[in-house]
Amino acid sequence: MTNPEYISIFNNQSILVKEIPEHNYTAFKDININLLKGNTARHCINYFGYILADKIKLICCIADDEAHKIYVSSCFVNDNEELSSFTAQNHNFEKFEREIHENFGLKYSNHPWLKPMRFAYNRDNKNKKIENYPFYSVKSEELHEVGVGPIHAGVIEPGHFRFICNGEQIMHLEIQLGYQHRGIEQLFVRKKKLLERTTLAENIAGDTVVGHTTTFVNLWESLCGHTTDSSLNFARTVALELERIAIHTGDLAAICADMAYQLGNSVYGRLRTPIVNFLQEWGGNRLAKGLIRAGKINFPFTNELAKRLIEIFDAYEPDFDEITEKLFMLPSALSRMEKTGVVTYNEVLEIGTVGMSARMSGLNRDIRYSHPYNHYTSIKHTPIIKNNGDVYARAQIRKEEIKQSIIYLRELMTKVPEFKKPENISLNPMPDTFVISMVEAWRGEICHCAITNENGDLLIYKIKDPSHHNWMALAQAVRNNDISDFPICNKSFNLSYCGHDL
Amino acid sequence: MFDNLKIMWHQGKQFIPDVTNAKVPGIFRGRPIITIADVDEATLADLCPTHAISTQPVSIDLGKCTFCGECSVQFPDKIIFTTDYHLSTNVREKLIIHEGDENPITVDPKVVRKEIHRLFGSSLKLRQVSAGGDNSCEWELNASNNVQFDLSRFGVDFVASPRHADGIVITGPISENMAEPLERCYHAVPNPKVIILAGTDAISGGIFADSPALNRDFLSKYHIDLYIAGNPVHPLTFINGVLGLVRKKGLRRLRTDF
Repeated sequence: MTNPEYISIFNNQSILVKEIPEHNYTAFKDININLLKGNTARHCINYFGYILADKIKLICCIADDEAHKIYVSSCFVNDNEELSSFTAQNHNFEKFEREIHENFGLKYSNHPWLKPMRFAYNRDNKNKKIENYPFYSVKSEELHEVGVGPIHAGVIEPGHFRFICNGEQIMHLEIQLGYQHRGIEQLFVRKKKLLERTTLAENIAGDTVVGHTTTFVNLWESLCGHTTDSSLNFARTVALELERIAIHTGDLAAICADMAYQLGNSVYGRLRTPIVNFLQEWGGNRLAKGLIRAGKINFPFTNELAKRLIEIFDAYEPDFDEITEKLFMLPSALSRMEKTGVVTYNEVLEIGTVGMSARMSGLNRDIRYSHPYNHYTSIKHTPIIKNNGDVYARAQIRKEEIKQSIIYLRELMTKVPEFKKPENISLNPMPDTFVISMVEAWRGEICHCAITNENGDLLIYKIKDPSHHNWMALAQAVRNNDISDFPICNKSFNLSYCGHDL
Repeated sequence: MFDNLKIMWHQGKQFIPDVTNAKVPGIFRGRPIITIADVDEATLADLCPTHAISTQPVSIDLGKCTFCGECSVQFPDKIIFTTDYHLSTNVREKLIIHEGDENPITVDPKVVRKEIHRLFGSSLKLRQVSAGGDNSCEWELNASNNVQFDLSRFGVDFVASPRHADGIVITGPISENMAEPLERCYHAVPNPKVIILAGTDAISGGIFADSPALNRDFLSKYHIDLYIAGNPVHPLTFINGVLGLVRKKGLRRLRTDF
């Protein structure tokens, strides 16, 4: 029997590590490059390495949106080998290879942009310091550089932006991250208690608490061979859609703020409050910390809560519709949004963006429909796709996704399932197992991977936030735009710093 | 223009008139009460993901607590979370809740530096530094100034530059990579200045407390003026904490009726 090229699995399926086919590096590279070649329904969802018996094991996961499958293959390399990079042939792998290079010192002979990624504390070369990041620069008397950050003017997370401008026009933007690095992936392996790990998952990105925690608990239940109760699937889906509505509403407020439309900022800003307050009524925390738990839920969803949510939507929708109709008809707002910060279809495809940052440019990437999980298996989800790739497209997606989520939730509220009393069940990870879990959070696809050793202890826990891919799209979006349009471009993407830096 | 007026009219009155006594909706987890019920203390302490619970007698350190509520789910007779969002103090020990303790957490005006009351009582400009923060506290600090909580009405604002600020608000456990920018930002603020720690991560490191990717030396070098507990801090916790710090007469004159 010949060695298969890859193993094909579903989202949240657990397999034995030894079932993942192993190849030599050249074959491994060719297989994965060929999987992506000429097929826009496929993209790399995770590519990472870990140390096993003095060698580095690389695992590459390619998602196929049409077949609803994930193709996983692997390879062993030595850290002193010089390798030919995937990125030279497909830019989807750019960040992944930078991460592998930073963590293990693997040398790539032909990687076009082999720069530090996040200056992780356990990086291979500790002489590389965050203050000495090698920025791209151009020697010219006509161009100037503008440095912004790491601390920004607003109340937001840190990151450094270096612009090369010709007058007011941005020629190039380089985004340097890593300031938020807290060593989360390593803490996942080190901390042994389930509640510690769940708390870590809640802290990966505080604006995507439900997204990351749901990914973690889905993965954990699969890793422990536990079948998720349908009431838990229901609760997680409700929480995910509520988080989407809340953050999208806040993002519309922020977009209004950045084009000095004060009324829009105030109205959207206040409309977010009833949604997050509902999360507090349900689980005691406005950002849903403490709500999602593996194998149980401490705060069962009740028919009273369902009634309450419908009341909230009944009050929310008329005000939302009124301001939205105004905003999307307002000439001064449209002129700031239209054709600002454009990323084309070919560019997003080359970068391999996910979530809203793909759907804004006609690239259909939405895990809810392509790799359904939790209750999405019974919702016929149609992704919202726009084609212009500009700020306007990103604002439109938010507007329409909010409406879509409300429709889904109104429907779900008619069939609230029976919840069991919260009870701790014993969950023990299976030995020598590999699991991959994906969730479409409001920003886009979140992907977590876990591998256990022969005792069922975690060998590696790998986290990928959608921002991992999408920061590059922001850098592309601002090219040839005025530097004064940078804030609105940035806000229309609203990417995560801590989700990237981990 | 008439559209705009109509939209404004439809919003009605949004602001919270009394930010000190307003009720929060639902089951908000605020200041806990520890009863004298007899429980297996070792199991209770072992439950906590951030080692916030001590035993003999039982106490909870809200500077470490992530407010996940697991202890009160498993020991409902022992630990009861109230909806009291007044969780700020200038004395670190006051964040430790002891058995039978039902007193509210307050700022002790006697220990507040005199110049704070004198200079910042009616105007305080703050620079926020996120140092490994997960964007939840940042998110709530932004919410503090939306039309509902409206922090600006009390003369407290977030400003863009440390040069314009009277102090800094730190969120996050302070990552190694942010240690130097934080230090530089602090030095760019003119004297006298205040330091406020917002959120569990900033106060104790939270779930990241023992991560090797942190560098919390900054906190041992300078005097911390205010600790605001929460994961993330609730806007009302933040507003009451800051006003409790800068206003000598405390919160009595806060009510703004229009």
